[in-house]
Amino acid sequence: MSDVVEKTLTALPGLFESQTGAAKITNRLRQLIKSITELTSKHEEENLIKRELSAIKEQVSSPNTTMKQMREIMVRAMYCEMLGYDASFTYIHAIKLAQQGGVLEKRVGYLAVSLFLNEGHELLLLLVNTVLKDLQSTNLIEVCMALTVVAQVFPKDMIPAVLPLVEDKLSHPKEIIRRKAVLALYKFYLIAPNQVQHIHAKFCKALSDKDPGVMASSLHIYLQLIRESPDSYKDLTGSFVTILKQVLGGKLPVDFNYHSVPAPWLQIQLLRILSLLGKEDQSTSELMYEVLDESLRRAEMNHNITYAILYECVKAVYTIHPKAELLEKAARCIGNFVLSPKINLKYLGLKALTYVVQHDAKLALQHQMTIIECLDHSDFTIKRETLELLFRITNAQNVTVIVEKMLDFLCYVPIKTLTFAPDNSWFIQTMNDVFSIGGDLLQQDDPNNFLRLLAEGKPEEDDQLRLYAVESYLTVLKGHTSHLPQCFLQVMSWVLGEYAHLQESVDRREVIRLLTQLLDQRSVSSETRVWILSALTKIPEGQTDLILDLAESLSSSQDTVLRQQAQELRHLSQDSQLREWVLVENSCAVDSSLSFLDGFVSEALAAGAAPYKPPHQRQEELSLNLEPYSFSLPVSLSSCSITDRQSPTLLSVSSGLSGNSAELSTLILEGVKRVWGKDGYLPQKEATAPPVDEPSAAVQPASQQEAAERIEPRPEPSTQNQDKQQLASSLFVGLGVGSSVSLLGKSEAPPPRFRKKPRPHESSSSSGTSKRSSDSSSRSSRNTTDSFLYGSFPEEEPATSISTFDHTPKSTTANGLSQNKDTKEDRHANTSQILGGDMVIVRPSTIQDKHPPSVSSDLTALLPADLKDLPHSDVISLTSDPSLSLSSCRLFRDEALLLVIFISNCTETVIKDVAVQLTCEELKVCTGNVMDCLEARSTSVCHYALLMDDPHTNVSLTGTVSYQTQPGHTNTLPFSGTLSTADFIRPLVVTTEEYGKLWLSLSHDVKQNLKLLTDAGDPLRTTLNALKDALQLHVVDIIGSEGIVACRLLSGAPCLLHCRVNGAALAMWLRSPHPALPDFILYHCQRALAHH
Amino acid sequence: MIKFLLMVNKQGQTRLSRYYEQVELGKRASLEADVVRGCLARRKEECSFVEFKDYKLVYRQYAALFIVVGITENENELSIYELVHNFVEVLDKYFSRVSELDIMFNLDKVHIILDEMILNGHIVETNKTRILAPLLALDKMAES
Repeated sequence: MSDVVEKTLTALPGLFESQTGAAKITNRLRQLIKSITELTSKHEEENLIKRELSAIKEQVSSPNTTMKQMREIMVRAMYCEMLGYDASFTYIHAIKLAQQGGVLEKRVGYLAVSLFLNEGHELLLLLVNTVLKDLQSTNLIEVCMALTVVAQVFPKDMIPAVLPLVEDKLSHPKEIIRRKAVLALYKFYLIAPNQVQHIHAKFCKALSDKDPGVMASSLHIYLQLIRESPDSYKDLTGSFVTILKQVLGGKLPVDFNYHSVPAPWLQIQLLRILSLLGKEDQSTSELMYEVLDESLRRAEMNHNITYAILYECVKAVYTIHPKAELLEKAARCIGNFVLSPKINLKYLGLKALTYVVQHDAKLALQHQMTIIECLDHSDFTIKRETLELLFRITNAQNVTVIVEKMLDFLCYVPIKTLTFAPDNSWFIQTMNDVFSIGGDLLQQDDPNNFLRLLAEGKPEEDDQLRLYAVESYLTVLKGHTSHLPQCFLQVMSWVLGEYAHLQESVDRREVIRLLTQLLDQRSVSSETRVWILSALTKIPEGQTDLILDLAESLSSSQDTVLRQQAQELRHLSQDSQLREWVLVENSCAVDSSLSFLDGFVSEALAAGAAPYKPPHQRQEELSLNLEPYSFSLPVSLSSCSITDRQSPTLLSVSSGLSGNSAELSTLILEGVKRVWGKDGYLPQKEATAPPVDEPSAAVQPASQQEAAERIEPRPEPSTQNQDKQQLASSLFVGLGVGSSVSLLGKSEAPPPRFRKKPRPHESSSSSGTSKRSSDSSSRSSRNTTDSFLYGSFPEEEPATSISTFDHTPKSTTANGLSQNKDTKEDRHANTSQILGGDMVIVRPSTIQDKHPPSVSSDLTALLPADLKDLPHSDVISLTSDPSLSLSSCRLFRDEALLLVIFISNCTETVIKDVAVQLTCEELKVCTGNVMDCLEARSTSVCHYALLMDDPHTNVSLTGTVSYQTQPGHTNTLPFSGTLSTADFIRPLVVTTEEYGKLWLSLSHDVKQNLKLLTDAGDPLRTTLNALKDALQLHVVDIIGSEGIVACRLLSGAPCLLHCRVNGAALAMWLRSPHPALPDFILYHCQRALAHH
Repeated sequence: MIKFLLMVNKQGQTRLSRYYEQVELGKRASLEADVVRGCLARRKEECSFVEFKDYKLVYRQYAALFIVVGITENENELSIYELVHNFVEVLDKYFSRVSELDIMFNLDKVHIILDEMILNGHIVETNKTRILAPLLALDKMAES
C-alpha cells in the first residue's frame, strides 16, 4: 500500500503540542514515545529505558495510581520489554489490571499478560479466578477477552477448571463467542490433548456450524487431528469437499472476500486438509478430483492471493493419489509460476517444483533452462531455492555438475550429496575445494563427518581413497598454504598422521618436513598446531633427529599446551616401548560413554560440583549483547524523513555522492554486466534460436558447399547459450526416460527449409563462432547432439574473411534474419518451445528500395514513403571503401527506433550479393538483409527496427556488409556505431491528473539536483525546453517554480519527472516502474544540460 | 506456522513485536536486529522472502516501515505476504490512513487487532469487519 500516509517525524512536535491538554500521565507515554523516536544510540536507549523503568516502579507502588493510569503504565512497560529490557516487576500489576479494571483496562491487562508471561509462568495461576469470573460475565466483551486469553496463555493444570465453561460457550448464540470457544479448545487440544478427548463430537458440530467463521476455526483442530491420524477422519472428506465447493462458488458473505477472492486463507486451509486425507488413498482422492479441478480453474485472477491458493492446490494435486489430467494442469500452473517475471511467483514456482520433483523428477526437465537461469540469479533466495531443487534431483549421473554449482554457492554442501561420488579422486578433489573455499564457514560437523567417512571404511576397500587423500594433501602442502582455512589444515594433518604410512613411496622425512613447516607459519592457529603435533606423534619412529629438533624448538613455546605436547613427543620418540604401548597400531575399543568416569562424576556432583553443560550451552550463557543500536546505515539515511523513499539502485547512490554520475554510471554498468545476469540473456534472443536446424546444413558435403549454392545466413547460438544448454544436459541427465535427455533432444527439428544463398557471406559471418563452438563442444563430447552440430562446421576459412572479421569488435552473436519468413517463423516456434514461451517477437521490417543515382543529394529523400514523415536525425556517414559507402540515419517511431542504412554503390559496375549484418548485444532486434545486386551509382536503403527493453547508457552496434564485385570474390566492410538511450525515449502525453495518479503508483524513485539554465528569461522553462529538445520529453505542466514532465522508454516503462527550482539548481525527482530507468534518464538530462 | 511478527522501521527500530513461540527477552533484540539486517540488505526487485536460520522471513515494506513475519518451512509464503497486506488494510480502516506514529501511539490497540487475526501462530480471522468488531465495541464502551 504505497498510499499509506506518512506523518513524518518532522511533524512530531506539532502532534505533541496538540496534546498539551491531556492529563499528566498521558504525557508520560507520549514523552516516552517521543524519546524513543529520537534515540540515536544503544547507549541512549539504555539510559532512557532505565529511567523509564524506575519511574514506572515508583508509580505502580503508589497507592494513588488509578486503573486508567495503570493502563498507560502497562503500555509503557510493553515498550520497555519490546526494546528488550526486563520489566518483570510489572507483571503482577498486569494481572491486577485484568482483575480490577474497566473493560478497556481489563483488555490491556489481559494483553499485557499474554505478552509478558509465557506458558508455565507461576503468576498465571493468579489469573485463573479472573478468567473464571469473566467467562461467566453477562458482558459479551468480557467473555470474549477471557476466551482470547485462555487461547493464548493458560496454565495447563487449570484447564479442568474452565473447561465446562468453555464447552458451554460452543452453543452460545453469538458467533464470535462460539468461534473463540473453538479456538480455546484447540489450544487445550495442543497442550493437553487427553483433557478434551470427550468433546470430539462437539468439534464436529462446530464444523457444521451455520456461521462460516466458527466452521473456519474448527478447521485448525481438524488439520491437527488429521495430521496425526488421517485414517480416522476419512469420512469427513465429503464435508470438506462440500465446504470448499461452497467457498469457491461464492456462497460466503461478501465481507469474507479479500480482493474479490472468497476467503482465500480458508481455501488454503481446506486444501491442506484435503491433501492430507487423499495422500496414498485412491478412493478418498477420487472424491476431491472435481473440486481440485475447479479450484485450479477458478484461479484465473491475476492477484498474489490466487497464486497462493494455486500453489497450495498444486501441492495437493501432487500429494494425493495421482490423476493424469489434474497433474497436467498443475504442471502447467507451475510452468506459469516459474516463468513469471514476478520474482515472488518465480520463487513460489521453484518451491512448488522442489516439492513436485520428489514425486516426478521429469517435471524439472521442462523447466531446465529456467532453472539454469535461476541458478545464476542475482537474488540469493532464488539461487538458494534452486539449489534446493537441484539437491532433490541429484543422482549418480549429474552429481559432479550439481556439486560444482553448490560449491559456487559456497558454504552449503551437504556432505550427504557426496555419497553419490562417482570416484575417489573426484571425491577428494571436491572435498579439497569444499574445505579450501568454504573452509571456516563449514559447519563444525562437516570436517568430522569427512574424517569419519575416511576412517570407518574397510581397510582393503578404502585404502585406495585414503591413499589418494594422502597424495593429494601432500601436493596441497607443497604449494602455498598460508591461505588455507584452519579446518582444512586440521583435516590434512589428521589424515597424514593416520595414513601417511600407507603410501610406501612417500618419504616420511618429507611428511615431517611439510608438517613442521606448517607449525612455523604465523597464520596457523594454536588449535591447528595441536592437530599437527598429534599427527607428528603418530608418524612411526625412525626420524628421531627431526622430531627431537622439533621438540626442542617447541619446548620454549609460550603456549603451554604446545610445550606439553612437545615434551610428550620427545619422550615418545626416545622410548619405543612406551610408544608402542601408547600408540596402538590397530584400532582399539573405545568406551564412548566414558562410563569409567561415572564414579568420579557422581562423587564430584555429590561434593557440590555443577553438572556438565555442553559447550554450546555455555557459550550461549556467556554471550554479551554488543549490538549497536542502529547499524550499518549511513547517517544520511537515518536522518532523512520517513517519507523518503530511497532508490535501491547502486547508481543513484553513487551519483548522489559524486554529483556527476556520467562516468560512474558507465563504469558501474560495465562492471555489473554479468555473463548471464537477470537480463543478460535477453538481448541475444535472436541468437537463442536453437542450433537444431543446422544438421540440414551440416549434412551437405563440403564439396557442395564450395559450389555456388546459397545458404541462408543463420542464427548462431551464442557461446553463452551453448554453455547453458550443455549445463542443462549435464544437470538433468538421468531424469528423463533415456539418460541422454537434453534440451536439444526435446525439441523437434523443423523440416529443413533453406533457400540457398552464396557461401562467402555465410563463412564471413560464422567464422568467429564456429571456432569457439567447436572448442566448447569438445568440452562436452558426451553430448552427442552438440558435438555433432558444431563439429561438422567447415574448418577451413577463407583467409581474407578472417582478417576482416578481426578488426570488428567482439561479436559473439553474429546472427541474421532470413528473408524467408517461413523459416524464420519456424525457428520461432521452435525456440519458444524450448524457452517456454519466453521469446521476443521479432518484427521483420527489412525493406529494400532501389533508387537512381544520387551521390551527393540528400539521402533522406530516399526514405520510403511511409517513413518520410517520422522525425529523424541527421544522416551520418558510417564507413566507406572504394566500392561502397554507408551512411545511417535514425528515425524515431513510437514503439521502436528505426535505423536506416543507406548503401551507395560508388563504382560504375554492378555490385552483387550485398548482405548487411547488424549486431547489437543490448538491443532486441537485429535483422539481417541480403539483396541480390546493387546497380552502378545507386543507393539502396534498408532499415531495422530496434527495441530496447532495459535501458543502457549507450549501446554499440556493429555490423558488416559483404558484397561481391566479381563472382567468387567476396569483400567485407565492417562498420560500427553507437546509440544512446536518448534515442529510445519517447514523449508520454498525459494530463496533469493522469500524471498525478501514475506518480503515486510508481515505486522506483531517484532524486538529484541538476544545473539550472539561467541564461534566458524563465530559468525553469528554458531548462525544461532544453531537456525536451534533447530528449523528446513531454512537458505536462509548469506551475510556478515546479514543472512536471513525462516520458517513456519506447512504448514501455514510463518515467515521470518532477522538477522544482531550488535556488540555483533544479531539484529533479524521477519515478518509474523500471528500477534503472530513472538513473539513465537522469544521466541524459545531466548531459543535455551540460552540453547546452 | 507463524513464529513472530515484527514491525520495524528503516533505522532498525522495533515498533511492534509479537512472538508466537517462546523467545527469551534477552535474545529478542539481537534476533530483531538480524531480521532487519536481512531485510534491509535486499533490493526492491528481489523477492520478498528470505531464508533466516532454520525458517523463512516474509517481509513487506510500507513507506519506511517493514512488516516482517517469521514462518516455518511448511507455510505458504505468498499467503503470508498477503496476510500482511490484509493486516495493514485493517489498520488502515481503523486508523483511517495508518502511519508509523499511529502504531506507536496505539500500541495496545494494534496488538488487540493482531490478536484477532493471529492466534498461537495460526491465522484465525481475515474478515476485516469481524477483526475490528471487538475493538470497536471496546472503544464504544470506553466512550460512554
